[in-house]
Amino acid sequence: MQQAAIELVGVNKWFDSFHVLKDIDLTVAPGEKIVVCGPSGSGKSTMVRCINRLERHQSGTIRIDGIELEGEGRNVRTALAEIGMVFQQFNLFPHLSVLENLMLGPLKVRGKSRAEAEQIARRYLDRVHIPEQADKYPGQLSGGQQQRVAIARSLCMEPRIMLFDEPTSALDPEMISEVLDVMVELAAEGMTMIVVTHEMGFARKVADRMIFMDRGEIVESNPPGPFFSAPESERCRAFLDRILQH
Amino acid sequence: MKRFLVAAGLLLLLSGCSSSTAWGWYVIDPSTERGRINLQFLISGFGNTILLSVIAAVMSMFLGLIVALPGLSDQRGWRWANRVYVEFIRAIPLLPMLFWVFYGLPVVLKSMGIKVSIDPFWGAIITLALADSAFTAEIYRAGIQSIARGQREAAQTIGLNRAQTMRYVILPQAIRRILPPLANQFIYIVKMSAFASVIGMQELTRRANELVVTEYRPLEIYTFLILEYLVLVLVISQAVRWLENRMRVDER
Repeated sequence: MQQAAIELVGVNKWFDSFHVLKDIDLTVAPGEKIVVCGPSGSGKSTMVRCINRLERHQSGTIRIDGIELEGEGRNVRTALAEIGMVFQQFNLFPHLSVLENLMLGPLKVRGKSRAEAEQIARRYLDRVHIPEQADKYPGQLSGGQQQRVAIARSLCMEPRIMLFDEPTSALDPEMISEVLDVMVELAAEGMTMIVVTHEMGFARKVADRMIFMDRGEIVESNPPGPFFSAPESERCRAFLDRILQH
Repeated sequence: MKRFLVAAGLLLLLSGCSSSTAWGWYVIDPSTERGRINLQFLISGFGNTILLSVIAAVMSMFLGLIVALPGLSDQRGWRWANRVYVEFIRAIPLLPMLFWVFYGLPVVLKSMGIKVSIDPFWGAIITLALADSAFTAEIYRAGIQSIARGQREAAQTIGLNRAQTMRYVILPQAIRRILPPLANQFIYIVKMSAFASVIGMQELTRRANELVVTEYRPLEIYTFLILEYLVLVLVISQAVRWLENRMRVDER
């Protein structure tokens, strides 16, 4: 069997006494696209943040390309370097221009020359369709543009896995599609993706598998067809009814 | 408008003074020989006041950073050390601290086998820097902590380590929030430096005190002393305002 890109086995996490993740098992194949949905507070974000270690899980195992996230070893850092992340709040660096935002990783982490770093940055800025914004500062861009810059910034590190934590939730409605379009293109190129979102149109188009989480558990995990037409659990059905009614 | 009111008030005060028989401005009247000598004596205190304040402020900036860093640590022990330092130093009034550093510290050092005498100049600087460092440390800590957590996380996800995150992401943003209050803190140092007079440091306040003893015109001389500080502080606060405006322009 092919090596899994991401593997979670019996992962548990508590915030003090609050049990956020309960025995999470999840295997993601290379190139697979997973869309995660569920009510707020269900542990979606926390799960994604554990995968790239912004949060630490307290029991269970997380493996990236077979490397277990444990301790601070060099191999753990190599594994994490494969993962890009896009945040709900963009988190661009406001004191750096768009180009400098993109070049920072290649320059300081990958040790590229300025010329190489700039070339990489411009290539990915092209990919997200805003090459003309290179010299602006994040504060001068619209939300949709900022989020596309954030995607490009992650791509500059040439990750094999991309995590999206509600990438369109902070955007005005008219800007959502420009971001989703970029993500659809990325999916078509074979990127392994985990996307936390409530954009169900995007999910139907892109997802290989839908995951529904509630109260820290993965309640349902199915391909989009059966997931939308015949949800197995009552909780999932009720949730879908609520978000799809308009 | 405000500036006009202040100027008018000062003018009124001074003109009122000169015509009143209760005042004796002759002690610093620049049209007389004696007045000129006295004036020169008073004004020559500026040099040491400025030197004291600048050296103490620079030392306090470095000391404050060293104190602030453990306060930002994940480890409770380091944070605790930072709290103890800040609370302890902040609780000591300047004058007792000055006495302790000037009269006490040489004894402590001597008992440790280090033979140094502390002159008024360095005694005052060490005290001012020490006392101020608790405040600069808090300014640094607040400035760095005010940078949103998302910035740190974004830096982490593109692979920057802790030191790189600090250097390229956090500090460049924090410095814009740190510099104005730090410059403001400098005004406090200038005012606090007056305490150095009690250990014999020849700065503005000491000069005024000495002249009062020989001339016995405390009202005029101390009024002049206050004006000297006022001029100094106004110049600094103007510079701070200029700095703040520049920072705002840079903020995009």
